[in-house]
Amino acid sequence: MIYLDNSATTLPFDEVLDTYQKTAIRHFGNPSSLHDYGSEAEQLLRQARQSIANILNINTGEITFTSGGTEGNNIAIKGAAYARRARGNHIITSAVEHPSVLETCRYLENHGFEVTYLPVDEEGHVKLQDVKEAVREETILVSIMHVNHETGAVQPVEKIAEWLRGREKIRFHIDHVQGVAKVPLPLKNSGIDLCTVSAHKIHGLKGIGLLYIREGVQVEPLFHGGGQEQNVRSGTENLPGIVAFAKALRLSFERYQEAKSTLEKNKEMLIQACREREGMTVNTPENDSAPHIVNVSVFGTRPEIVIQALTKKNIHVSSKSACAARLQTASEVLAAQFGHEERAETGLRFSFSSETKDADIKQLMSALDEVVPEIRRVNEVKI
Amino acid sequence: MKADHILVRYSEIALKGKNRADFERTLKGNINRALASFSGAKARRTTGRLVVDTHDEDEEAIMGKLQHIFGISSLSYARKTSHELVDIQATALRVLQGQPDAKTFKVSARRSFKSFPIRSQQLNHEVGGYVLKNTEGVTVDVHQPDVELLVDVREHGTYISAGKIPGPGGLPVGSSEKVMLMLSGGIDSPVAGYLALKRGAEVEAVHFHSPPFTNERAKQKVIDLSRILAGYGTTIRLHVIPFTEIQQYIHKEVATNYEMTIMRRMMMRVSERVARERDALALVNGESLGQVSSQTLSSMHTIEEVADMPVLRPLITMDKVEVTDIAGQIGTFETSILPYEDCCTIFLPAESKTKPKREKANFYESFLDMDEMLEKAVSNRETITIDANEPSSPAFEELL
Repeated sequence: MIYLDNSATTLPFDEVLDTYQKTAIRHFGNPSSLHDYGSEAEQLLRQARQSIANILNINTGEITFTSGGTEGNNIAIKGAAYARRARGNHIITSAVEHPSVLETCRYLENHGFEVTYLPVDEEGHVKLQDVKEAVREETILVSIMHVNHETGAVQPVEKIAEWLRGREKIRFHIDHVQGVAKVPLPLKNSGIDLCTVSAHKIHGLKGIGLLYIREGVQVEPLFHGGGQEQNVRSGTENLPGIVAFAKALRLSFERYQEAKSTLEKNKEMLIQACREREGMTVNTPENDSAPHIVNVSVFGTRPEIVIQALTKKNIHVSSKSACAARLQTASEVLAAQFGHEERAETGLRFSFSSETKDADIKQLMSALDEVVPEIRRVNEVKI
Repeated sequence: MKADHILVRYSEIALKGKNRADFERTLKGNINRALASFSGAKARRTTGRLVVDTHDEDEEAIMGKLQHIFGISSLSYARKTSHELVDIQATALRVLQGQPDAKTFKVSARRSFKSFPIRSQQLNHEVGGYVLKNTEGVTVDVHQPDVELLVDVREHGTYISAGKIPGPGGLPVGSSEKVMLMLSGGIDSPVAGYLALKRGAEVEAVHFHSPPFTNERAKQKVIDLSRILAGYGTTIRLHVIPFTEIQQYIHKEVATNYEMTIMRRMMMRVSERVARERDALALVNGESLGQVSSQTLSSMHTIEEVADMPVLRPLITMDKVEVTDIAGQIGTFETSILPYEDCCTIFLPAESKTKPKREKANFYESFLDMDEMLEKAVSNRETITIDANEPSSPAFEELL
């Protein structure tokens, strides 16, 4: 099996599953219960939180555990927007965000907020200058992703954070779901107020993630209840998920660091191979892109068909964000980058993990060489 | 990577003769213990300061640890190079380039290695000129530079650093003698312990635990607080005193409005006995004048009567806000505010005397048979040694 859809989700590390199982059995107590099982669970929760805080170099009080990326983005955007409503109603984001950001912003547009969707250039990058120009008196929130989930473009979030740092009124949120453990993003003293991370993109389990909420930043909760997670996210803590998340984070930071040069070599090899093929265009920018994502448009094909053909050969890739993959439309990200042309409708995304081997890439290329001409022949497309 | 070395400076006025050597040795020992998890990173003494060779370990993490060690006045990231001018120039350039925000700089050369042929003034010119020539948009400002490049020529090499990071000040832990901290788990007593550590005292702690009225979490909280304190350059020995029996006895035998005073006198007695056994020369607590009814001068006067050793109160003149600020800075606040019952709040009568008298306290105690009970509390104590370098729970560590 060759799995090249790691931006959709990853295979959990064995150690992570082991931790999950042991925690679920040994420490099943509710961290809020007063008996020994409860206090042991609470102690473990605190230690897991400390471990994650150490890795990300933030304070334990700045971590709110969530159910994952979508929830983190929802709490960050709606929570910050509602908490700052008295100060203004304008939000800035980009046209290439994940649906959990875009749809949340569209929801807020129906509830009295105004949203500016910044364009991207040909490389898929947001421009700091555009952010500066979009800011106005009523602006209360800027939300820009770190690494784009379809093309791997790395947005200039550190520069944006630096510029926003002195503008106290504006909160800055980063969707860091695709970037964590792969592209460094220091949070401390950076000007970043909110940052979303999800466990299952880094070999943790589904249903767990965290939102970094910088000390002093207020967000309105979306869930009300027992007041867990500093009142931001009520609900019994998913302790096994959290502890396994801590483990996944630690191992991912180690293993992606080790795999960094392999990832980059493989990415370069795949990009080079695609450039050599007729009718393929690489959509991943040459500069400022993550080491684990390659996006390529294959003209004269439909991505669903290529994906089907490859999966029959036990090679698993995808087109756009898994959350939007079932809609048979062009990629919004590629459309924002290139306009609504064939390039936006024929994008394929290959995403690697720290375990991806160069043999996998070679096998992918020879499979593409087999299936793509066949699909074009059936479609009667000449390249 | 910013640096391959970290320079550690200290300044305390009373550093003369033998004191100085002791001070340096203690500080070096504390640094090396704090850096135990960084294999290779070791502190070395050179004239007038210490140098930590980071040996390719994470220099920011090392800096973070050093900023917790008392006795350090300031710190600098530094690169070490040879006595060759070309090396010094190239390294100075690299150090400046590590400061991307610097628009202006000046060079301050020092030459404690006197056989180095270039005098300091001349070296300032040679290095400054080279840096100017090889950078863009950077100028010299000798009055208010963004960055001061310190070039320090020493016998075994030249250290080049930019900017000073403040250290925590104080004296190296262990350079003063030992105290026994009365650690409750509230906001104040950990801060008092921190301040005692800051002045170089070696700290052990007593905590009063009254199961089942106070639960395991309250105890765990105190262990966690001790661990945070242990992060300031030392291990901490925590004595957990079983206090239920004494509390119940007082509750039964003593007039309501003197219960709190007598209970505190008992705590004082137990703490003093543990202190004697452990060769501590003073007690430390988190009292601040007038903060609560047990902290009026009358209360202190009456309670302290039973202790035959100094009772140090580092917070005595502080407002709650000041104490809370320190607790936030040293990282104990979040733990301190966890809402578990501690033994000072259980059995607490509705009314306590705010101005208790020694005679009255002695009168009530004359009916008590307490010696055996105190002895039992001391001898049945649980002693836990807490080392900041060791995981708080190895079983959990495996999961993480």
